[in-house]
Amino acid sequence: MASPYSKELLLDMYRKMYLIRRFEERAGQQYTLGKIAGFCHLYIGQEAVAVGPVEALRPDDYMLSAYRDHGQPLARGSDAGMVMAELMGRDTGYSKGKGGSMHIFDIEHHFYGGYGIVGGQIPLAAGMAFASRYRNEDRVTVCYFGDAAASQGALHETFNMASKWKLPVIYICENNRYGMGTAISRIAAVPEIYKRASAYDMRGEPVDGMDVLAMYEAVKDAAEYCRAGKGPVLLEANTYRFRGHSMADPATYRTKHEVEEERKGDPIPKLRAYIKKQGLAQDDVFESIEEEVNVLVDQAVKFADESPEPSLDELWRDTIVEEGEEDVRPRERVLGQKVNWPTYPSGQELKVTWDLEPREQAEAADKKAGLIR
Amino acid sequence: MPELMYREALNQALAEEMERDANVYLIGEEVGRYNGAFKVSQGLLDKFGSARIIDAPIAELGFTGLSVGAAMVGLRPVVEMMTWNFAILAMDQIVNNAAKLRHMSGGQLRCPIVFRGPGGAGGRLSSQHSQALEANYAHFPGLKVIAPATPADAKGMLKAAIRDENPVLMFEGERLYAIKGEVPEGEHVVPLGKADVKREGSDVTIITWSRMYYFCMQAAEELAKEGISAEVLDLRTLRPLDEEAILASVRKTNRAVIVEEGWGLAGVGASVVDIIQSKAFDDLDAPVERVTGLDVNMSYAANLENATQPDAPKIIAAVKKVLYREGA
Repeated sequence: MASPYSKELLLDMYRKMYLIRRFEERAGQQYTLGKIAGFCHLYIGQEAVAVGPVEALRPDDYMLSAYRDHGQPLARGSDAGMVMAELMGRDTGYSKGKGGSMHIFDIEHHFYGGYGIVGGQIPLAAGMAFASRYRNEDRVTVCYFGDAAASQGALHETFNMASKWKLPVIYICENNRYGMGTAISRIAAVPEIYKRASAYDMRGEPVDGMDVLAMYEAVKDAAEYCRAGKGPVLLEANTYRFRGHSMADPATYRTKHEVEEERKGDPIPKLRAYIKKQGLAQDDVFESIEEEVNVLVDQAVKFADESPEPSLDELWRDTIVEEGEEDVRPRERVLGQKVNWPTYPSGQELKVTWDLEPREQAEAADKKAGLIR
Repeated sequence: MPELMYREALNQALAEEMERDANVYLIGEEVGRYNGAFKVSQGLLDKFGSARIIDAPIAELGFTGLSVGAAMVGLRPVVEMMTWNFAILAMDQIVNNAAKLRHMSGGQLRCPIVFRGPGGAGGRLSSQHSQALEANYAHFPGLKVIAPATPADAKGMLKAAIRDENPVLMFEGERLYAIKGEVPEGEHVVPLGKADVKREGSDVTIITWSRMYYFCMQAAEELAKEGISAEVLDLRTLRPLDEEAILASVRKTNRAVIVEEGWGLAGVGASVVDIIQSKAFDDLDAPVERVTGLDVNMSYAANLENATQPDAPKIIAAVKKVLYREGA
């Protein structure tokens, strides 16, 4: 049977997954060389969880993540050199080196950040989706979080509101089975995270996070559901990180055998085999993609390494927005490229038509209860 | 000029700013159909509808974080905390997200949001409900912290806070809501970061903010009867502190007393003392005195509650101490 996916789409997915893999391998290497410091959480093994959804979404859909956050912006088109520069704490990074590995922000590509407090981004995503509803836009927000974050109160408080107010937000739990060194099964009464959605009358489904096409289909479907105003969706992407929690973690809490077994499910060769089986491309095509990406990543490392540290004047910028101060547009600042920047309707243009709790509904409920207000 | 209660002044500010800018919405517990736990949002649901006056579940962390997210993409939320005691549950979202978004994003994002609600002792509510917590938040770069005492300032500063491009935390007071005062109509905006000399004097500067202001004014009147001329400087904004106004007043009177409802250790007053000792040391004729809440948890019993808080007699005693007129 012919593939329902175009060759362009499939090769684009391959290229993006390979880019993340290669970028992360070089980031790990730069960490051991002492060029990257602090915490550095690699995405190796989880590439399909970022790439499938990015391909299924519109470029202007909002996205945000936790601190394992290099994969999504790279998939969305962020400049690899500027991401690497951020990892190295250089002035040419997306946040001028102020955020580092855990805080990649690329607003031009609608990537609203990596967050370092477990679960802290979950309510933010509902708020971004709230803003879309408030402005009557058909935009979707996609929020990543890890399996350990599912135990945070922030998740439960947010799911309740997101479902009650039918907010267009897709939550993707990246269940890589370990919250740092603790297996999810050791700390969760219900280790199947997707089941938690049912408590809030919210759609929840497990997805094979090692299969980029499964991720693509799940998010495409979820995005349609959200755009139709049906409410939020929780997807549990069952995945596995091939490396430790961060570069500082030797991962002694899992067996070599387990990691070897999981590596057999590597999403990149899996997609390559699929494309070959469909007869859409052969090894030479993959080799040329890989060669091109290797050069790109080499250039990214070189760009970052040759970039200066931020000036000390930067200490006093970006804490408080002064009157009349514009937002910083990183690619414009660093590369001199004109970029599209999000704009919002002014307070006079905006007409809010959303009725969050229709009056008649509330009054009918009062009447039924025999209440006179 | 019409006379309004503090809560009415806030209500006016909200209504005017929501009228002006459809990006402004109010969210919090009981703000809608109940018309506000302290009636600050009286009548606003009828005026602006349920998408802009939002009854939230009791989930401070959740609705605070949700609103920080909405502010990241262009809305201008006003988050009502039923009291700041409950907002401790939301502190992660205020401190780790709202205060740091501009920084973490290297200037790409802004977070124009107001968190507001009553702080300080409410009256016979024991320890969990009687905390002046503004000093905690004044500690964090990336936030602005305001605590107006009068209805006029409450209105003007809330309007300024809603228009500000940064996260602003506003500490009101359960015992301030019914206080009356003259409030200018219409476009009355009080700039943030500016202290106000509420009473001029020449012998001593009493520096304060929020509800303690009224005890300070009472003390100043008592002192006047004894021929002591006290200046009362209402800080109004606690971050950023108005250094210029503090120094100008102390250079004039050469003596200072700082009155703070909260605890002394790591209080805002400690920072004010630091400004004075490092920049106006030679102008001082006496060590600076502080009057603060006692270093204990607040009790329910009326006599214990009263004894825990600053009041006019304590302020008068401190003023006499800096004037070396103890026992007078």
